[in-house]
Amino acid sequence: MKKYDAIVIGAGHNGLTNAAYLAKAGLDVLVLEMNSYIGGATVSRELHKDWKYTNCSYVCGLLRPEINRDLELPRHGLQVVPYGGGVTFMENGDYYGNFSDHNRQHREMARHSVRDANAYERYGADVTKQTRLIRKFLLRTPPDPASWKMSDIKEMMVLAKTVMDMKTDVNFGDTLKYWTKSVGDFLDEYFESDIIKAHLGGTGIIGTALGVYSPGTAYVLLHHYMGDVDGTAGAWGFTRGGMGAVANALASSFKSFGGEIRTDAKVKQIMVRNGKTTGVALEDGTEFYADIVVSNLEAKRTFLGIMDEKDLPEYVIERAKNFKSRGSSGKVNIALDGLPTFPALPKGTPLMAGDFHFTDSLTRMEKAYDDWKDGNFSRDPYVDTLIPTLTDPTMAPPGKHMMTCFVQYCPPKIQGREWTDADRDAFGQTVIDQVANYSPDFKDLILHAEVRTPREIEAEIGLTEGNIFQGELTFDQLFSNRPFPGYGQYRGPVKGMYMCGSSTHPGGGVMAAPGANAAREILIDLKRNNTVPEGYADD
Amino acid sequence: MSEVSVQQANDRETMLIHTPFHSRSSALNKLNSWENWKGFMVAHEYDDYELEYFAIRSQTGVMDLTPMTKYRITGPDAEAYLNRLVTRDVTKIKVGRVGYTVWCNSDGQVMDDGTIFHLAEDEYRLCSYTHCIDWLMWSAEGFDVEIVDETKQVAALAVQGPTSCSCLMAMGLEGIENLKPFGLTTFPFEGGELMVSRTGFTGDLGYELWVEPALAEALWDQLFAAGKQYLIRPFGLYALDMARKEAGFIQAAVDFVPAEDQVRVGRTRSPFEIGLGWLVDFNKPFFNGRKALLKEKENGSRYRFVMLDIEGNKPANNSFILNKKGKVIGTVTSAGWCPSAKANVAFGQVDAKYGEIGEELITEIYYERELHWTKVLAKSVVVKGPMYDPPRRRATPPAPF
Ligand SMILES: Cc1cc2nc3c(=O)[nH]c(=O)nc-3n(C[C@H](O)[C@H](O)[C@H](O)COP(=O)(O)OP(=O)(O)OC[C@H]3O[C@@H](n4cnc5c(N)ncnc54)[C@H](O)[C@@H]3O)c2cc1C
Repeated sequence: MKKYDAIVIGAGHNGLTNAAYLAKAGLDVLVLEMNSYIGGATVSRELHKDWKYTNCSYVCGLLRPEINRDLELPRHGLQVVPYGGGVTFMENGDYYGNFSDHNRQHREMARHSVRDANAYERYGADVTKQTRLIRKFLLRTPPDPASWKMSDIKEMMVLAKTVMDMKTDVNFGDTLKYWTKSVGDFLDEYFESDIIKAHLGGTGIIGTALGVYSPGTAYVLLHHYMGDVDGTAGAWGFTRGGMGAVANALASSFKSFGGEIRTDAKVKQIMVRNGKTTGVALEDGTEFYADIVVSNLEAKRTFLGIMDEKDLPEYVIERAKNFKSRGSSGKVNIALDGLPTFPALPKGTPLMAGDFHFTDSLTRMEKAYDDWKDGNFSRDPYVDTLIPTLTDPTMAPPGKHMMTCFVQYCPPKIQGREWTDADRDAFGQTVIDQVANYSPDFKDLILHAEVRTPREIEAEIGLTEGNIFQGELTFDQLFSNRPFPGYGQYRGPVKGMYMCGSSTHPGGGVMAAPGANAAREILIDLKRNNTVPEGYADD
Repeated sequence: MSEVSVQQANDRETMLIHTPFHSRSSALNKLNSWENWKGFMVAHEYDDYELEYFAIRSQTGVMDLTPMTKYRITGPDAEAYLNRLVTRDVTKIKVGRVGYTVWCNSDGQVMDDGTIFHLAEDEYRLCSYTHCIDWLMWSAEGFDVEIVDETKQVAALAVQGPTSCSCLMAMGLEGIENLKPFGLTTFPFEGGELMVSRTGFTGDLGYELWVEPALAEALWDQLFAAGKQYLIRPFGLYALDMARKEAGFIQAAVDFVPAEDQVRVGRTRSPFEIGLGWLVDFNKPFFNGRKALLKEKENGSRYRFVMLDIEGNKPANNSFILNKKGKVIGTVTSAGWCPSAKANVAFGQVDAKYGEIGEELITEIYYERELHWTKVLAKSVVVKGPMYDPPRRRATPPAPF
């Protein structure tokens, strides 16, 4: 029976990144994916003829440039294309637009508040300072603060030094504030205008089962600004051909190092003998052997789903059960027969190429959260909508369009009971109505729609409760605490077993950092030549 | 006023000449950002250079190419003349084909690089960076050819990007999908003729469109109407410069000094020294510079062109290139970040002893952040390049996007 050097469970983008680095280091690696397609939440599928959807993740901005370059993803077909524009519609018929030109942006802000237009400079500088601090640690393994191991102490020193070095730029006290306060409070410190706060505030609740005034949401906003498309920090783009292109390029890179991927291979169990992993068993009974088994799955699923409780310390079972992975988001993907018009906007405006929002105050956002707390989807949802086909010609036939709507909030269960198809359709209709409020011809253009509630997201890609980040991005579950204290360094409780998904540092989003960091730790344990990029070249 | 006299008046009264596309390009130039290209006014940036660059790589970008210096060369000796002028074998450029080439002075030093379009029997167009009719005339002694500067008589657009073929098909250019790289063909257009070549300076799928100035506006309008659904947009010279570096194309007066402009001894380069040795065909018995080049081939060159893959993302503009011991061995001529290849590229000139593919060198980069300067000694590996070379560039017929 063949024995691999390593088996990676799950062909999400982190599993593939991990596998690519292991294979690059010369290991014989097998990736097992339960679906018939790869990518996990990084996927583009054709569900309506000639239309490709970005079924889950839809924009790319966090993907670490070091990894993109190092694994030669462009050569393997990955093209990240930035987009401009963006708009928040207002109930009074006006709008707030987002412009890439700094001075044009200032003028647009001043239309709503002269003071806010000026305060935006302070806001921009502060956000940049904070993300610069975090960015350094994305491609590093967090130290275990409770450990006396030399490597941990060293890494704590790096952390302390970074904070000290930045003392003149950021006050660490402020940093702690940003990591723990609410996005509402954060924005209130800069802005007076409801619409500007609403436009900026949405990123603080994306994928998060918290409201704009819940502590911890300011960090979620920072998390979304952490990326840098070619040094333009905070910039977002589309991947040409949809987010599936990220997975495809990673898979191609992985295969170029001799890696093997098997789809339709659902892992039932990580096999353990004498406190060491020996391989995995599939649902269909097939077994594969390796001394190293890496799970790309969310932490709950990893420990409570595909591991035997007997093989695990009590502590891990308890922590896994208490790991917060609450579903709060839905997704509606729509095939359109033409470009919908939005009468509030000037004709032919470049704003259309960016994100559309329909929530013009933090109060409305907070109310949307109230519905979630009551076990309902939001009646007046916060929607992040894009028409990628205004930038990417590959997703729909010429002249036709594809729309992606990311929706906050959508509960994992409806009033404590399971979702029904009728509930799902009602949810989809609410989202469509929200868009249609601002676009009279929108509904007539709809040819097909894919509606995804946490039920579908969990069933199709195994994200527990449909939590898009494989676990909430709150401070209690970040850095060395991700997924649990004592397990923040990608190693599992059983020898040879590792974690590499978004449940590990630095968390969710199409970033590829968890997968790369995990590979680094594995290679260290194997005493192999370590080729995984580390740290961040700051300027 | 007649068409011609309007243009003449325009020429006399303005500092920069408007191209025949000006009414269209100026309407779209939201930043009012122009460049002076050989006395013509051409967009530097329309509204966002980054999105313009990405149109070239993901959609279709259109650039006004009119200022490109163009010479019509006709007559029974046209082929023989060109074969004498340039380094490559012109007899291999059949009618309906285009060839990239360089030409040298008698010392074997590069005067310019450019393209030769074989339009018909005894009929060629030579596109160059420099104004070189003086040299063309000197070289024509004894040949039965006529050489005319037709720069202003031909309006031209570069149409570049993965949906460019789709745009042209939608415009009604039947069979354009079968045109191979470096091929050229013509279509009837608005009572005149539209020439299309599958050429460009971006390293992507792309075409160049050539018409008489009177048809320029109609061409622009029809192209943009047909291309709308393929996300067509105009791009300026800034975006072009990003694309050409990523595609590995050198530029005259940037990456080498055209020999005729040289004042200081030793500043010119031979084709071998700028990475274009492959364009020199010694099987030809005579061509300008042959003797000197043959000698150089035997005795070795002074310099070597290198393409460097530089670590980090700081552009290595104006940098010195060092060997691993820290000795200065050359300089960078062009540098920049490659947004699609995700690489930091530089072209450089180094002492010929150095620069083998795979060799690790160092570039000395200075960059500024908030008035603070930092120096980095960046690891720089000599690569074959180009950094970005998508297969769609060569596919015939090209995919729809
Ligand atoms: C609706 C939605 C929208 C999002 N939008 C964005 C966005 O726009 N931008 C962004 O950056 N991020 C976005 N995210 C977050 C981002 O997509 C995820 O954080 C990221 O893709 C997770 O990657 P991963 O590799 O860690 O895990 P996953 O993608 O979850 O991969 C896990 C893989 O394991 C497989 N698997 C599960 N169980 C088994 C088993 N038993 N056996 C074998 N295989 C198994 C799954 O099928 C899957 O392929 C979004 C997520 C969702 C759900």
